[in-house]
Amino acid sequence: MPGLILARYGEIGLKGKNRWLFEEKLIERMRAALAGCGVEGIEREYGRIYVRVSEDVEKACRRLTRVFGLVAVSPAVSADLDLEAIKAAAAAALAEARAEGHTTFKVDTRRPNKSFPLTSPEVNRALGTHLLRTFPDLKVDVHNPAVKLEVELRERAYIYWRSLPGPGGLPLGVSGRAVLLLSGGIDSPVAGWMAMKRGVEIIPVYFHSFPFTSDRAKEKVVDLCRVLARYAGRIKLYVIPFTDIQKALHQGGPDELQTILLRRMMMRIARRIAEREGAVALITGESVGQVASQTLPSLAATGAVVDLPILRPLIALDKEEIIARAKSIGTFEISIRPYADCCTVFVPRHPETRPDLDRVARVEAGLVDPALIDAALERAEISEIEDESTEEGSWEA
Amino acid sequence: MPEIYLDNSATTRVRPEVVAAMVRVMEEDYGNPSSVHRRGQAAEQAVKAARRAVAEVLAVSPEEIVFTSGGTEANNLAILGLARARARQGRHLITTAAEHHSVLEAFHRLENEGFQVTYLPVDREGLPDLHALAEALSPETILVSTMHVNNEVGAVTPLEEIAQLLNQRKPRPAWHVDAVQGFARLPLLPYRLGIDLVSLSAHKIRGPKGVGALFVRRGTRLQPQLLGGGQEAGLRSGTENVPGIVGLGVAARLAWEERAEAVAHMSKLKARLRDRILAEIPDTVANGPKERGAPHILNISFGGLRGEVLLHALEERGIYVSTGSACSSHHAPGSHVLAAMRLPPALRDGAIRFSLAPTNTEEEIDYTVECLKEIVPELRAVMRRR
Repeated sequence: MPGLILARYGEIGLKGKNRWLFEEKLIERMRAALAGCGVEGIEREYGRIYVRVSEDVEKACRRLTRVFGLVAVSPAVSADLDLEAIKAAAAAALAEARAEGHTTFKVDTRRPNKSFPLTSPEVNRALGTHLLRTFPDLKVDVHNPAVKLEVELRERAYIYWRSLPGPGGLPLGVSGRAVLLLSGGIDSPVAGWMAMKRGVEIIPVYFHSFPFTSDRAKEKVVDLCRVLARYAGRIKLYVIPFTDIQKALHQGGPDELQTILLRRMMMRIARRIAEREGAVALITGESVGQVASQTLPSLAATGAVVDLPILRPLIALDKEEIIARAKSIGTFEISIRPYADCCTVFVPRHPETRPDLDRVARVEAGLVDPALIDAALERAEISEIEDESTEEGSWEA
Repeated sequence: MPEIYLDNSATTRVRPEVVAAMVRVMEEDYGNPSSVHRRGQAAEQAVKAARRAVAEVLAVSPEEIVFTSGGTEANNLAILGLARARARQGRHLITTAAEHHSVLEAFHRLENEGFQVTYLPVDREGLPDLHALAEALSPETILVSTMHVNNEVGAVTPLEEIAQLLNQRKPRPAWHVDAVQGFARLPLLPYRLGIDLVSLSAHKIRGPKGVGALFVRRGTRLQPQLLGGGQEAGLRSGTENVPGIVGLGVAARLAWEERAEAVAHMSKLKARLRDRILAEIPDTVANGPKERGAPHILNISFGGLRGEVLLHALEERGIYVSTGSACSSHHAPGSHVLAAMRLPPALRDGAIRFSLAPTNTEEEIDYTVECLKEIVPELRAVMRRR
């Protein structure tokens, strides 16, 4: 059914002079998310964005729940600023709720437009009386209503009774671009999502060590990107052939430093991709102390090779917290498929937890021919991954 | 790049004669075999012909063949169906530790229903311990289930010896044989041995996926596991998968006709592959029986390597093999069969299964060996550096 959608945004409303920039970006993202939904118009008013669509409103609402920056999305009806018109619209909205089996309600009016002659409590009372008369089988329950009929009196009146939560955060892209080191495990996709939520557009890079890691591991990463693409529309993925570099490190480097050396090479390659893509930071799924390569000295050793900020959104989260997020984003089930990534292929028996920076630099010197890095970048497989999902969110009355 | 498919125990490539027969039946005999009209009758005839072809391989009557959706369903129907039908006569069941998951999981389900199950240990070659079988048999035992050919190591169960043990028993327990890996390749005569139930699958013998059958010896009572229109003598409701069944019939007939030649050819290839690998690549061990081995399955451990890595390295050269069985590759813990054979974990990790079809050639075997000779030392150099 065609209709009107009321989208609410949160933090952007607190911005100062450049708020319009954030709003423009948000509207751009909403338009992209609504491709194919028959958008007829998007208007904004303080703290609200109104979208009129000619296609299915419900579908459009669900699409919007993945647009960062929005905190809630509701199908709404609007009416002229006239009490009789508002009564009629409110009755239409409540009829919908009643058809779904709800039996109690409450009217909750807000009146940012003070030119409307009645106060909010007066509107509540007038509408409540009218609705009780129209639907004698419904009851008012001011404490615990099944349906909260929200009425907003602005340039027009807007009425809605149900909403879907949005992801919050900032519109994707307002914070610039960063390269995400994506492994296929549980952590890195969550790290990517969290950065996206703060408006960072991500370019994931995956390091593929065939035959030490299987093509199924690569497929897993593609599937993870597909989930992230639900929030971004599309994701550009770099797959870097890493076998030769990994072999070189393994053959020449000491066992206990393997993971550190590996991570340093990944950082360097990610740095090169960032340059190419105009990205200004790197993102990893590291969390302090989770494994040997994520102790503070190890993080220092891996971070030392790049001059870009490294964002580590999970740095202070516990594994359980990360897993909970992975489940809610929808990446968990993919991440736990049993295909190893390249970090787990040659796990040292006794990995170094306090690598000495000088020693690392010394053993690393001459280990990997720079030509190998160039070759890996040249042979990178780059693909654009799009959202293909059809799943639905659930409504909150 | 050549394509050398040595994973025929996972599945085989459908043969053209089977494709042609299936296409014909989809286009022409599209009726429902249960329909009373002529279209239905034509489809029923096609199913009947397939039933005869399968029955002929086992030397049983066509009425004793029940078509299913494959080996898994046949195993489930045999085990769950028999135990549930005979629950009042006894609560004890016997199988082996090296069975396929579709057998083991059915027994686990029955354990939850209150049955007691003995899992016979297997020896280093993968063959079940018959002394343990003799000891486990009791008047409470209602079912014994043993596989014909082990899917991972190719061990061929000595069915004659089991028959002798079982035929002495009174009351005699029912006997189910999972013949998915041996059907139409190795002879299996249920009436001669006294086997009551035999499971088989089409896609292991160059037929289509999604179809198989269960031989149910006349007079063997089973509880159906699917309820509905009572097709397949009431044992397997659901409109027959006519094209699949026709495909199974053609595949079975042709495999059986070509059996002698095929077995001789595959045995020769297997011996060549095994002998060359063991002789030319150091630190390799063949898993499974030296004598009682199926002609088409060869399992070899490459010391110091992870099977999966070798698999992908071979894949890069166009050679397709598997680690363990394809079905269990989804389970992280690795092969339960090699574990039951008490293979040390390092050798289990490095195990690769080569499984042959009659269409493989000596050149393919030699190419495979040459590739292995290049790849294995390379990978070992990387993985064993310390």
